[in-house]
Amino acid sequence: MNLFLDALAWLTDPAHWTGPGGVPTRVLQHLAITFAAVTAAAILALPAGVLIGHTRKGAGLVGAIAGAARAIPTLGLLTLLGLALGIGLKAPLIALIVLAVPSVLAGAYAGVQNVDTAITGAARAIGMNPRQIVFQVEIPLAAPVLIGGLRAATLQVVATATLAAYTADFGLGRYLFSGLKSRDYAEMLAGALLVAALALLLELLFAAGQRLAAKRIAAPAHEKGAAESDSPREKEPV
Amino acid sequence: MNWLSLNWPQVIELTRDHLLLSAPALLLSVLIAVPIGRLAQQRPRIGGALLGAASLLYAIPALPLLIIIPALFGVPLRSPATMVIALTVYGVALLVRTAADAFGSVDPRVREAAVAVGHSPRSVFWRVDLPLAVPVLLAGVRVVAVSTVSLVTIGALIGVPSLGTLLTDGFQRGIPAEVATGIIATMALALLFDALLVAAGRALTPWATIRHERPLPQEETT
Amino acid sequence: MNTRTKALGALALAAVLTATACSSGDPLSSGESDGDTIVIGSQDYYSSEIIAEIYAQSLEDAGFTVDRQFRIGQREAYLPEIEGGSIDLFPEYTGPLLQYWVPDTEARLSDDVYAALQGATPDGLRVLDQSPATDQDSYTVTKAFADEWSIATVDDLANVTTSMTMGANSEAETRPNGPQGLLDTYGVEVGFTPIEDGGGPLTVQALNDGDIQLAIIYTADPSIAANDLVSLEDTKGLFLASHVVPLASDNVNDEAAEIINAVSAAMTPEDLIAMNSRSVNEELPAETIAKDWLAEANLG
Repeated sequence: MNLFLDALAWLTDPAHWTGPGGVPTRVLQHLAITFAAVTAAAILALPAGVLIGHTRKGAGLVGAIAGAARAIPTLGLLTLLGLALGIGLKAPLIALIVLAVPSVLAGAYAGVQNVDTAITGAARAIGMNPRQIVFQVEIPLAAPVLIGGLRAATLQVVATATLAAYTADFGLGRYLFSGLKSRDYAEMLAGALLVAALALLLELLFAAGQRLAAKRIAAPAHEKGAAESDSPREKEPV
Repeated sequence: MNWLSLNWPQVIELTRDHLLLSAPALLLSVLIAVPIGRLAQQRPRIGGALLGAASLLYAIPALPLLIIIPALFGVPLRSPATMVIALTVYGVALLVRTAADAFGSVDPRVREAAVAVGHSPRSVFWRVDLPLAVPVLLAGVRVVAVSTVSLVTIGALIGVPSLGTLLTDGFQRGIPAEVATGIIATMALALLFDALLVAAGRALTPWATIRHERPLPQEETT
Repeated sequence: MNTRTKALGALALAAVLTATACSSGDPLSSGESDGDTIVIGSQDYYSSEIIAEIYAQSLEDAGFTVDRQFRIGQREAYLPEIEGGSIDLFPEYTGPLLQYWVPDTEARLSDDVYAALQGATPDGLRVLDQSPATDQDSYTVTKAFADEWSIATVDDLANVTTSMTMGANSEAETRPNGPQGLLDTYGVEVGFTPIEDGGGPLTVQALNDGDIQLAIIYTADPSIAANDLVSLEDTKGLFLASHVVPLASDNVNDEAAEIINAVSAAMTPEDLIAMNSRSVNEELPAETIAKDWLAEANLG
């Protein structure tokens, strides 16, 4: 396991922790583009997903869009956008948003759709209007699954954000590309370990968030039923 | 589409290469993930840790994984084996949890009934658990199939030919039609896999009716 | 046995068959080359692929069996495979190849570089005759930028008082021709941004957009003429002369070497630019470009 020892040596070398190409800067850049992509995807996809889950119309369309989007090779999208938009962060950011949308959309849609119709029926019976039903009943009850979608999207984006270094001096992907191209596999593996650590950290944060949502928002009495078992990603991470 | 009319033989050849990388990876993913999922479902204590570890594999960026695999398995970096192993790692990471859920979705009473009428444990697995788990399992396999076909393209970065070659080559030569062809052919191949899996699912679950054809909300969040 | 079990059995069988097929008769596998087949590789660069295809076709015309392993990455990735004997013939470039083996070489002129390269080539490998065709890294700026600061040589970059950013593949950052080399040899300080297209269209666009002021672009790149770019003269010899040169293993016999040497002798710098232009602008496959050139050179 020489390679791993070399990577650890690389990581513990103080020279790699300072300056504009240092680990802290790259980690922050990586987090920033991940956050930007997932946030943008959420702004685009959450309302649509909730609406579709609420009306229960257009589910087939969601499946088709999500399936097609998942089939797009991110590397291809990135190069095509790169040719159109030039270097910089625009191309990778758009590619990452496209990557994140299906998971966010599906999480929102599945979460809301899986809310027991008896509950929404009761809410209507006590005089809530559709707007109140969506915001005060469906979204809170859907929160664990909805966050599960965001969590899956974040995991994908944080691992794929390394591609940003294909067209920009940005993020942890720089270590991967320059390590690959100059056969400095220790640098490359160190970059990978940093990305994996970042992913693990975000996973734990999301897991905690989901637990909180399940306990506080989606009501402790709510049975661990269909909504939970349906999504493979929203359970205990580790 | 001047490029396509001049270069279609290359597209066909690369499609074949692409297929030869994705199909074995998908099959290996299923063959590895199903037993792990079954174990996790039967023994939740070991299972929880297994599932957690497996799904975290998905967080390893692809490029370093392609470098680590030759070091671990002793295969050459630029070889189909490296790609197939890497794709299998991601496939298993995506599939184990669904596999565990799939076996969890089998009504325990059905299993007990099978034991009561004299099925051996092996026979219960092959003739009861596995067939009944197919609908949920298939939903997971479809997701893995689509993401595997799409991921094969990164092989271009280590010199393993696939439709991904069109992406890097088109990028260097500045031919958008070549890049677009790579994307569209990859997506078409993914959808073809998906259609074949749906057909296979129908063949494998003749008792299932339309009501099993769910709009797949659950696996979209994987 | 009911239908269901049979279907499952068939699926499992198919799985095993496909998995086995993958491990044995795979056409993509890159094993050790045997004596009968000449394995030809190329860089992950369309121009290198065209030259490799010319080698392949000329050898095939003479009755040799070749195995094409094209577009297999950068020097750092493929040279170990050539040194390990799994690739027999590879179109290389004299300067960068010498620098790979002897990073601190002082040779700069074409004959010196070639002589040094012959000495530096490891046992079991040899370089065949170098071709008049050259394709070398050069610092390139836009015509407008060159006019604005009156730049004709790399030395003139010292005239520029604003900050400059260099765009190139990420490996340039650690290679002698990157920002560090520019600082050491010419005393010019520049920033760096990676653009992983080998001086391709994205790099050219970044130059035109002003995102970068300086790029490493190959002199045989047709985009230099097409985009009104200026390759700066390298007065202090930061870049080594870089001729196309075949790197061959002992598996390439004298007869094959003679064929390849004839190809190298016939290929001019203009030919190389013209072929690159056909690839980029006419979007032709390497196979066609190679075939046409061989016919024109009366080698086909």
